[in-house]
Amino acid sequence: MSGQNPLLEVRHLRVEFPTRRGTLVALDDVSFTIAAGEVLGVVGESGAGKSMTGAAIIGLLEPPGRIAGGEIRLDGKRIDNLRYEDMRRIRGKDIGAIFQDPLTTLNPLYTVGRQLAETMTTHLPITPAEARKRAIGWLDLVGIPAAAQRIDSYPHEFSGGMRQRVVIALALCAEPRLIVADEPTTALDVSIQAQIIALLKSLAREKGTAMMLVTHDMGVIAETADRVAVMYAGRIAEIGPVRNVVKQASHPYTVGLMGSIPPLDRRVERLAQIDGAMPRLSAIPKGCAYNPRCPKSFARCAQDRPDLLPAGPTQAACWLYADGEGAKNV
Amino acid sequence: MFAFILSRVLQSLPVLFTVALISFAMFAYVGDPVAIMLGQDFTEAQRQALVKDLGLDQPFWVQFATFLGNAVQGEFGLSYRLSRPVADLIAERAPATLELALTAATLALLIGVPMGVYTGLYRNSWLSRFFLTFSLVGVSLPTFLIGILLILVFAVWLGVLPSFGRGDTVKIGWWSTGFLTWTGIKALILPSITLGLFQLTLIMRLVRAEMLEVLRVDYIKFARARGLPNRAVHFGHALKNTLVPVITIVGLQLGAIIAFAIVTETVFQWPGMGLLFIQSVNQADIPVMAAYLLLISALFVTINLIVDLLYYAVDPRLRIGRGQGAH
Repeated sequence: MSGQNPLLEVRHLRVEFPTRRGTLVALDDVSFTIAAGEVLGVVGESGAGKSMTGAAIIGLLEPPGRIAGGEIRLDGKRIDNLRYEDMRRIRGKDIGAIFQDPLTTLNPLYTVGRQLAETMTTHLPITPAEARKRAIGWLDLVGIPAAAQRIDSYPHEFSGGMRQRVVIALALCAEPRLIVADEPTTALDVSIQAQIIALLKSLAREKGTAMMLVTHDMGVIAETADRVAVMYAGRIAEIGPVRNVVKQASHPYTVGLMGSIPPLDRRVERLAQIDGAMPRLSAIPKGCAYNPRCPKSFARCAQDRPDLLPAGPTQAACWLYADGEGAKNV
Repeated sequence: MFAFILSRVLQSLPVLFTVALISFAMFAYVGDPVAIMLGQDFTEAQRQALVKDLGLDQPFWVQFATFLGNAVQGEFGLSYRLSRPVADLIAERAPATLELALTAATLALLIGVPMGVYTGLYRNSWLSRFFLTFSLVGVSLPTFLIGILLILVFAVWLGVLPSFGRGDTVKIGWWSTGFLTWTGIKALILPSITLGLFQLTLIMRLVRAEMLEVLRVDYIKFARARGLPNRAVHFGHALKNTLVPVITIVGLQLGAIIAFAIVTETVFQWPGMGLLFIQSVNQADIPVMAAYLLLISALFVTINLIVDLLYYAVDPRLRIGRGQGAH
């Protein structure tokens, strides 16, 4: 394994949904990388393709959705075209996943200890007794009090926040190098969200686990991510270091998105918003998908589709940066 | 646990009482056993004697109380038709019906559940489509027709299986079993298929629908995301979560199989309780009919109790409030 390769490399990923009324393109030309130990935040409105990207990476797209183009590489090895059984061995072992709603992610009929042990014995060469011991260790690590007693509890005996801790333990217990966390705090109380994010962050750092953190919560991203990708209508609008994207966004959509976070330090008459709505997959406009809503759009935006172009410290899919210098002429 | 069972048994007493009352009341006004027992030629004195002998000159409530008091002691009186104790008649016939029902239910479960899982998992394969079409036949064809068709094919045309009766039986205590002889087993095949086919297709369709439902659920997706092998996902996680509704239906159907084996037993002249019941109906043999109905309702009550206990075994969420729920 060479140190040259990023841990995860997604190139020109295209996901299609064949429907009776034609093929919908859910993801189009999505490219990004995640380095070992890095946290990439993925933000965007509902339906922008954030979760779809995560599902494509772990190889669990809902049929009839399918990868129609591009490639996904883990450690330089393609994983998007593996047979089900080969991909299964990677899931959980190399790529862990955390889902949105901890109330529905755990099987209600099995104890948390059994679910943890089952995951570990599937991927690691350990005995059931050893797995049980480690399961207690993991519950302890994710902050379940009295782990040794709670290991034989069923999911319904835990609160939502505690269940998400169990889910995190399940995602991490086979020590994967990448975690795909799909809105891990959306279903939780605000007071619990911060705890869960802090836990994820510290565990990822401790274990050197890279993370793709899908969320629509900019606060979570700003706090946790190293880099951030902004998605819009199945494409990446802007990607770059989190500080630059949050503070000095280049793409007009990112600017609008950041501008619509209400400021806490002063009163505002009206909350800022982006006019209009994200187009449906069946009606993505020609050219830049954002152009009908974009305050800065010009003729070219409605004609050609921009690729990611260097825009200062970030990359933005926007014709404003077509001069190739990456200078900010906003 | 014991308190739970006890409370359920107590709850079932009013049910049994009501069934006893209704069945007894219904039969008290259906047909005249005296006329049937006496035949064509009789004197008024003979009639009077028989009425008195049977206790039919007593008021309805007295008759019912007597019936109930005897029933509690396992005493259901004499059959009007055969002049033998009803309890003996039923004990004699019960093994035949129970063995038939058990075979049919086992068949339905052992074939229906795997077929349901298969059609749920591979719902677009041609085999699944075949199973589904086949299940329509099972659901829509009436039992007697299936029985007659099977007799036509296997007994008349092919001549490989008997068309009626139980074959040779072996006595174990008071229980007579057909499982231990070759002819007994051969005789079981057609009736148990006839009786079990509807249940089989019902179970298959139920399991399929439940599997389709469960496979979409988050914890199944998460089980896949954890990289668990398909077998563990499908059987350990998905199938187990379909069990509660399946147990409910199977339980009720098992009751139905035993209670309504009447048609199958008639078609195959199977010497079970159903045939006994039909013959008793023809002759207005009230003690037998009342005892039979009471027995069947007791059976349903028992099955329901077992189903409830199985719920607790399968789903830990139902166990809260029994000293185990933590917060």
